[in-house]
Amino acid sequence: MKNSVAGTLESGDIMVTIGPGEGLQVELQSSVAAQFGRQIKAVIIETLEGLGITDARVEAVDKGALDCTIRARVTAAAVRATGKDVWKD
Amino acid sequence: MRNSKVVSLEEAIKRSGLQNGMTVSFHHHFRGGDKVVNLVMDCLAQMGFKDLKLAASSLSDVHKPLIEHIKNGVITGISTSGLRGELADAISHGLMKEPVVFRSHGGRGSAIASGELKIDVAFLGASACDELGNACGVPRSEHAKSICGSLGYALPDARYAKHVVVITDDLVPYPNMPQSISAADVESVVVVDSVGDSSKIAAGAIRDSKNPRDILLAKQAAKVIINSGYFEDGFSIQTGTGGASLAAVKYIREEMLKRNIKASFALGGITAHMVKLHEEGLIGKLIDVQSFDKVAAESIARDPLHQEVSAVEYASGQHLGSATHALDIVILSALEVDVHFNVNVLVGSDGIIRGAIGGHQDTAADSALSIIVCPLLRGRIPCVVPKVTTLITPGKSVDVVVTEYGIAVNPLRPEIAERLKASGLKLVDIEELARKATSIIGMPDSLPFGDRVVGVVMNRDGSVLDKIYNIR
Repeated sequence: MKNSVAGTLESGDIMVTIGPGEGLQVELQSSVAAQFGRQIKAVIIETLEGLGITDARVEAVDKGALDCTIRARVTAAAVRATGKDVWKD
Repeated sequence: MRNSKVVSLEEAIKRSGLQNGMTVSFHHHFRGGDKVVNLVMDCLAQMGFKDLKLAASSLSDVHKPLIEHIKNGVITGISTSGLRGELADAISHGLMKEPVVFRSHGGRGSAIASGELKIDVAFLGASACDELGNACGVPRSEHAKSICGSLGYALPDARYAKHVVVITDDLVPYPNMPQSISAADVESVVVVDSVGDSSKIAAGAIRDSKNPRDILLAKQAAKVIINSGYFEDGFSIQTGTGGASLAAVKYIREEMLKRNIKASFALGGITAHMVKLHEEGLIGKLIDVQSFDKVAAESIARDPLHQEVSAVEYASGQHLGSATHALDIVILSALEVDVHFNVNVLVGSDGIIRGAIGGHQDTAADSALSIIVCPLLRGRIPCVVPKVTTLITPGKSVDVVVTEYGIAVNPLRPEIAERLKASGLKLVDIEELARKATSIIGMPDSLPFGDRVVGVVMNRDGSVLDKIYNIR
C-alpha cells in the first residue's frame, strides 16, 4: 500500500488520505465533529472493511460531507492506495 | 466658531464624566468596516478605565481586539444584537464572567427609551458633522471620507444617553442640514482620520447569490408571497440579508410589473435591490433604519422619499406607531427552524455564536405574513430540526417556512395554507421536513455544552427568552 489522496477541501466534501498502518487508524478533523464525528468515523471504517482493508492509516479532513460522499472518497483513496480496482466488473 | 464642541477624544472622554462601571454605547452602521468601537475602546483602555459595560447595536468580526479588553478587565459586560468571528468564538467558550445580553433592534430601542438599558456615554460615528454636533451618515463636502447612510440605530442613543460624543471624519461648516443627530443632543465632537471603511458595509451577511439552490428558494418564496393574499396594490415588504431573500425581490418585481401592482413602502435594512424598485416607481417609499450597501446609502442622501427612522420608530414592540406594525410581508433567513416553527438566527449548530437577532423577532411578530427561507441542509448541518439550539423568534410569529424540499405553513395560519394550496403549491408538514433531513444526514450527537451561561436572549418585551451555555 502506498500513500494516496482523494477528495478536496471544498465545503460539502472530505479529503481522505490513506497510507500503510497497523489495524485501522482514523484521524478525523471535521467542521461538524461534535455532532457527526462518531458517524463519519464509523462510515470510513465500514467502507474500508467492505473493501477488505484491515490495515491502514487514514487522515480525513471533513467539510460537512454527506455519507455518500465520504464512502466515494474513501473508496477512491483506497483504490489508489492498493492499486486494486473495485469498480471493474 | 464660538461654542465649538470640537475636542480630542481623550478630552471628550474626560468631559463626559465617564467612570469605571459605567455603560458606553456604539452603533454598527459601518458594519464590517467599523473603526469607532476599536478606536474608542483602545483609548479608554489606555486611560485606565475598567469594568465598562459596552452597549453596541451589533458587533462583528472586525471587533476581535475587544477580546484583549475583556481579558484585561476593561470591558466586563456586553449587550448587542449579534456577535461574529473570533470575539463570538471566544465568548461562546466562556471568555466573559457576565453573560452577553442579546436584544433585537426594536428590543434595544425600546430598552433604551424605557430606561431599562441606561447609556452613560454614547460614542457615535458620523460621516459628516459640524462644530456644534449636527451629524449625519452621508457625505456633505468634497472632503468626505465615508458614507453609511441611515443612522437609525444610533438615534435612540443620541436621544437618551446622558452624554453624547459624535466622532466624525469630516468636520463641515455649520449648519450641517438636514441632520440625523441634532446638536441639541450632542456634548462633544471629535475629528478622526477615519470612522469606517464604507466599502465593507456590504460585506458580512450580504451577498448576491448565483447559487442555484438559493435561486430555487427565492422562486418558491416569491410564489408564496404572490399567492398569500397579501400581494395586492399598496402592500408593504421587508427582506432580510440572506442570498435567497434578496433574490426573491427579483421575482416579485416581475410579478408586480405583470399585474401592475405597486408597493406602498419597503422597510428595514434597505438594499440596492429595493432602491432600484423604488426608482422604477414600484415602491412608493423607503423606510430605512440601516443602509445595507453603498447604493442605499447614496439614495438616502438625495431622495426625499427614502427616509431614515430610529430603531424605536422602526420596530419597537412597545410603541404601536412603529413601522413594523404597518408591515404586510417579511422574508427572513434562519440558521435553524424547528418543528414548532421556532427560529434560531444567533447560535450555530456547533454551539458557537455566529449571527445576530437583528430585526428578526420584531418583524416576524408584527408583520401580517412572515416567511422563513432556508435550505434543508447546509453541508451536513440540518436547518430544519426537532428543536432549535437557541430560541430567538418564537414559532407563533412565524407563518411559512420555505425549503428546497417543500413549503410548510404554520397550523396557526390555516387560511394561508388554503390560499397556497388553491394556487397549486404543494405543502409539506414541517415534521416531514425534519425527518427528511435526518434521513440524509443521520441523527446528530448532542453538543458538548457546559453549565455556564454565556449569553441571555431577550424577547422584545424585555422578558428572557432563552439562555446560551458555554461550549466545550
